Amino acid sequence: MADNKFAAYICSGCGIGDAMKVPQLEAIAKKEGKMAIVKSHPFLCNAEGVQMIRDDIANEAVTHVCIGACSRRAKTEAFQFEGVAMSRANLREGVLWVVAAGKDHDEVRQEMAADYIRMGCAEVKKMTPPAGNTKESSSKRILVVGGGMSGMTAALEIAAAGYEAVLVEKTGALGGMAAQLWKRQPFKEPYAAAQETGVAEMAAKIAANPKIKLHLNTTIAETSGAPGRFAVKLAQESGAVSEETVGAIVQATGFTTYDMAKLPELGGGQPNVVDQAGLEALAMATKGGAIKRADGKEVKSVVFVQCAGQRDETGTHLSYCSGHCCGTSIKQATYFKDQNPEIDTVVMYQDLRVPGMGEDFYRSAQERGVIFTKGKASTVTGGDSCNVTFKDLILDEESTIATDLVVLATGQVPNAGVDLEAWNPVVTAAEGGNEEAKIQRDAMRTTSVLKLNYRQGPDVPQFKHGFADSHFICFPYETRRTGIYAAGPVRRPMDILQATDDATGAALKAIQAVENAAVGRAAHPRSGDLSFPTARLEGCTQCKRCTVECPFGAIDEDEKRFPVFNEERCRRCGTCMGACPVRVISFENYSCDTVGSQVKAVEVPDEDEEKPRILVLACENDAYPALDMAGMARINYSAFVRVIPVRCLGSVNTIWITDALNAGYDGVMMMGCKKGDEYQCHFVKGSELAHYRMSKIGDTLTQLGLEPERVQTQEVAITDNARVVKLINDYVAELEKLGPSPMKGFG
Amino acid sequence: MTTANQSANLGALERYRNNFLKEVEANVEEGHMVKMCMQCGVCAGSCPFGPHWEHSPQKIFMMIRAGKRDEVLGSDSMFMCTSCYNCMVRCPRELPITHIMHGLANYAHRLGIAPKGQPTREFATLFWNNAIKKGRVNELTLTLRHYFRGGLVSGIKEAMAMQSIGLGLFLAKRLNPMEIFGGHGVKDLKGFHAIIAKAKEIEDRKKGFTA
Amino acid sequence: MAKKEYAFYPGCSSQLKASASNYLVSTNSMCKSLDIKLTEIPDWNCCGASVGYCEGGELPRMAINARNFAQAETHLPGQDIVATCAACWLGARESKERLDGSAQLMKETNEALAAAGLHYSGGANVRHMVEVLIEDFGYDGLKAPMKKSLEGIKFAGYVGCQTNRPFGIDGESFENPLYLDKMVETLGGEALTKYEQKVTCCGGALAFSEPEKSQKQIRDIVESAYDHGAEMIVTPCPLCQANVEVYQSEINKKQGTKFNMPVLYYSQLMTIAYGGSAKDAGLNGQLIRAEKLEKIAGK
Repeated sequence: MADNKFAAYICSGCGIGDAMKVPQLEAIAKKEGKMAIVKSHPFLCNAEGVQMIRDDIANEAVTHVCIGACSRRAKTEAFQFEGVAMSRANLREGVLWVVAAGKDHDEVRQEMAADYIRMGCAEVKKMTPPAGNTKESSSKRILVVGGGMSGMTAALEIAAAGYEAVLVEKTGALGGMAAQLWKRQPFKEPYAAAQETGVAEMAAKIAANPKIKLHLNTTIAETSGAPGRFAVKLAQESGAVSEETVGAIVQATGFTTYDMAKLPELGGGQPNVVDQAGLEALAMATKGGAIKRADGKEVKSVVFVQCAGQRDETGTHLSYCSGHCCGTSIKQATYFKDQNPEIDTVVMYQDLRVPGMGEDFYRSAQERGVIFTKGKASTVTGGDSCNVTFKDLILDEESTIATDLVVLATGQVPNAGVDLEAWNPVVTAAEGGNEEAKIQRDAMRTTSVLKLNYRQGPDVPQFKHGFADSHFICFPYETRRTGIYAAGPVRRPMDILQATDDATGAALKAIQAVENAAVGRAAHPRSGDLSFPTARLEGCTQCKRCTVECPFGAIDEDEKRFPVFNEERCRRCGTCMGACPVRVISFENYSCDTVGSQVKAVEVPDEDEEKPRILVLACENDAYPALDMAGMARINYSAFVRVIPVRCLGSVNTIWITDALNAGYDGVMMMGCKKGDEYQCHFVKGSELAHYRMSKIGDTLTQLGLEPERVQTQEVAITDNARVVKLINDYVAELEKLGPSPMKGFG
Repeated sequence: MTTANQSANLGALERYRNNFLKEVEANVEEGHMVKMCMQCGVCAGSCPFGPHWEHSPQKIFMMIRAGKRDEVLGSDSMFMCTSCYNCMVRCPRELPITHIMHGLANYAHRLGIAPKGQPTREFATLFWNNAIKKGRVNELTLTLRHYFRGGLVSGIKEAMAMQSIGLGLFLAKRLNPMEIFGGHGVKDLKGFHAIIAKAKEIEDRKKGFTA
Repeated sequence: MAKKEYAFYPGCSSQLKASASNYLVSTNSMCKSLDIKLTEIPDWNCCGASVGYCEGGELPRMAINARNFAQAETHLPGQDIVATCAACWLGARESKERLDGSAQLMKETNEALAAAGLHYSGGANVRHMVEVLIEDFGYDGLKAPMKKSLEGIKFAGYVGCQTNRPFGIDGESFENPLYLDKMVETLGGEALTKYEQKVTCCGGALAFSEPEKSQKQIRDIVESAYDHGAEMIVTPCPLCQANVEVYQSEINKKQGTKFNMPVLYYSQLMTIAYGGSAKDAGLNGQLIRAEKLEKIAGK
């Protein structure tokens, strides 16, 4: 501490100086905040103001700076001082712009500003500028798992960007599903005819590219490590095992077609009823000639049944739409029409969905005379003359078509490996000594794709319908395993064009990941953050909460079940810190102390002053910007709240709540992102965990003799600027009805 | 409904084949666009006479594609077209729906399988014959012939009912009773009729009608 | 301004003592004020109208329209063909576009025309009178000859179908064309811009064959004009004018309404605003008298 020198700078610009007594704020920073240097400036973010701070850092050896000005989200370029710890007291968006104007509010406005100065000073004193953790050796090679269209694209893009790719394919040839296609849907102007897949050309490019190392007939035996230092054991068909060190992984393991044997009512398994892959095989066999059935008869009429075993509402089959199948059937219909326009070709759909430029292709098929009929097939009988019985949804009648061949559009099932939701209970039971569970665990492990030796399981988590994880709202390629990116149909159903776009995106994210890992930088959403969590293991009770709850599987366990932090996998959300019951986990610039000291720095008025105090812990990703925007829109909210931004609600440690209530705060409100299946949490699970933890806090409150209403958890979106104000004001009104906290004066 | 039952008896082999669609493409004005309908139904919702017909354009197009020749050509729905062009300007696929409806009605009429006694079918026939007789429409004879289409008794009734209107138009100099003896017309009537005869001959030849 | 000349296609309904004769009278007066010279296409014939489809078929309709084009090309070379009737304009323009777009149809049509010694080479430009007014004169140009304002009269601008769809006036929307309202405002009248039946179909030719169904349409058109406080309806289409004016008494008789809404042509409004008499504007041709206009004309 001897070398630390603290300074506070208060801006009186933007009207702050007119509405608040800045000299009093300076005095508080000096006296209560114990700041060695306190200065104010009429325009702190201009060159002169910033220079003043820079001079103090250079000449006065200031190491810690508290800026009392605008929101921490504003003027970030001006207020950026290398190697210096900094806190921001939000006097503008947080006070000036939200507290009602006029003399009547001068007192509460000043009190609010004074508290924010106290909080800013308290926070900065507990901070250390993150030192960062540059690695001496960090791999920048990227492993691509799967040699289909997505995987080949990813490998080529990685190589084109100047990085080395290691491409692993379990079969003996590249191309995956695309190699089984006669043609692909058009992806170039005028989008009117099926095109060559281009698989052979891509495979040749890969073979010739010195930056791509190809392993055919190979699967992954084990993956360990973290971004920048993944060690991947590769098992060849021959039994030989080799090892590759890579910095990031792109998982492009594609899909399998839904098994049409599960669709007996639609003729699955009967003669002359095929799925789309089966039709491709028939087309491949003639290479543009007349398509013949398995029995050798030339097809003169064909019916395509869309959504076969898809968009199923009964819970028996796939509940989702696979996206590509309408376009694929259109393409296959053109196989027939282009060979012989006289072939009767019917596509039976319920809703024709042709994303991208598919509409043009759809039109081109109509021009060829393909008949599209909106109908739902109920039964298909195979045989020499197949019968498709269906309801015509336009003509509203039952009908039957006789046809030579029926094609079922059955959709995509992802090859995403082990479902961790099923894995976890098995592992828990196995660890508890259950022998049956041990066998089951080992069996499950063989179906894994990545065979991660992570504490949280061998594959990336699955989100919906068994597809590999993806942050659907903001970061589509991102799984909850940092440095591992899912691309193509393993992530969500898609066609080749989308898969190649996807693979390109994932390749770029993987490149970012290896670059970040090399210098110890966080990936988004805290991009560039150099801080990382450390634990005082001497205080650890090996409760495993942090290892279980980390949304990113960043923390493993050693033999003694102490947490082992893998900094490169960490996203710096602080969920581990929020989970820790003994508060031994902290970041250099974000800890139980940096927030706790702010909670305690607030001056809580006595009961008789009738000025309640409400602590708002607001997620810095959505809720805090929403509050700032309320300020920008000059929407007033109560001056009784004190807002502290947190990295994620998942990082909220219950000690802050109990500290606040003990100190006499009348209520605590937490604002985080939307949770659940349609989550908007930037750390996927943080908000959900916070809600769960707070649901358990009731007992504690009762023990303290407090009403459960004194702690609230809200879901807030970044666009909710008007709603956050209403939430605050309603809560203040509710607490006023409840009366002051009985804890006041005991703090 | 008999039509639906008949179609159900047609047999699966004839359904959803291209035969009737091809016939429509060859013989119906703008018929080549029928296959481009994407079944959105905007036409059905845009027709001012929507409540009065059995088959919307959307359904007619689907029936053509489903091979329902008798039902389509026997439908009176096409004759409900007021030529307001609302369906046509709203169609996202830019089908000339109004023209196709006219074309189908004309085709059914020429084949003699359009509904008998359909009032618009009759009026439209009267109108054309009136217009080409002299080269210009004679509004009086057109109106009278229309009212008397069902015979003398009902004609007198309808004409009497509309008498006040006729009188009003006469007083307003917008109806000329002398037109019954001739009225406006083109001078080169011979040439005019020759043009129509030739055009009809070419069209009949193309569409396989026997004149 | 130099005299503007056009090949005029008045159409059957605009002839002397026909249902839209007042349209012709007022058009002639309006054109005089605007210094427009209209020359009738020599020996023009009927366009076939939309309802001609049933018996007429495709090629005969193309051919009779092409006969008019051929006459105009020969006798009034270089002049745009201008129609006042919506159906004439539509029938002619549709034929022209179909012929322009198909060499086959053009060939067959000329084969038919040859039977009367005529030939159409494809040069006709078919326009509606409203297009001429808006495009060749503009709203300011239409204001220039004004002598009286139509101030104090509320007009529901009923555009109807065929001057609006499928071609319409360039730059206007099919769902809410504004030109008629703008013309009313140009003349000083009050345009009821919220009138929601402005593009509703009056039933067209089906007013004859399906009177009940058409009269339901007409009732909506008139009723909404009343609801918006209209004193008169103004329209650019002779069939709209006739249907909406003529059947009001029928509807009153059958449904107990008390409709008595004058229905006028834009050309009648302009004639009055340009200082013409009630007779110049053909106001004596109204079944339902437009007294407020007559009063302005008499001033």
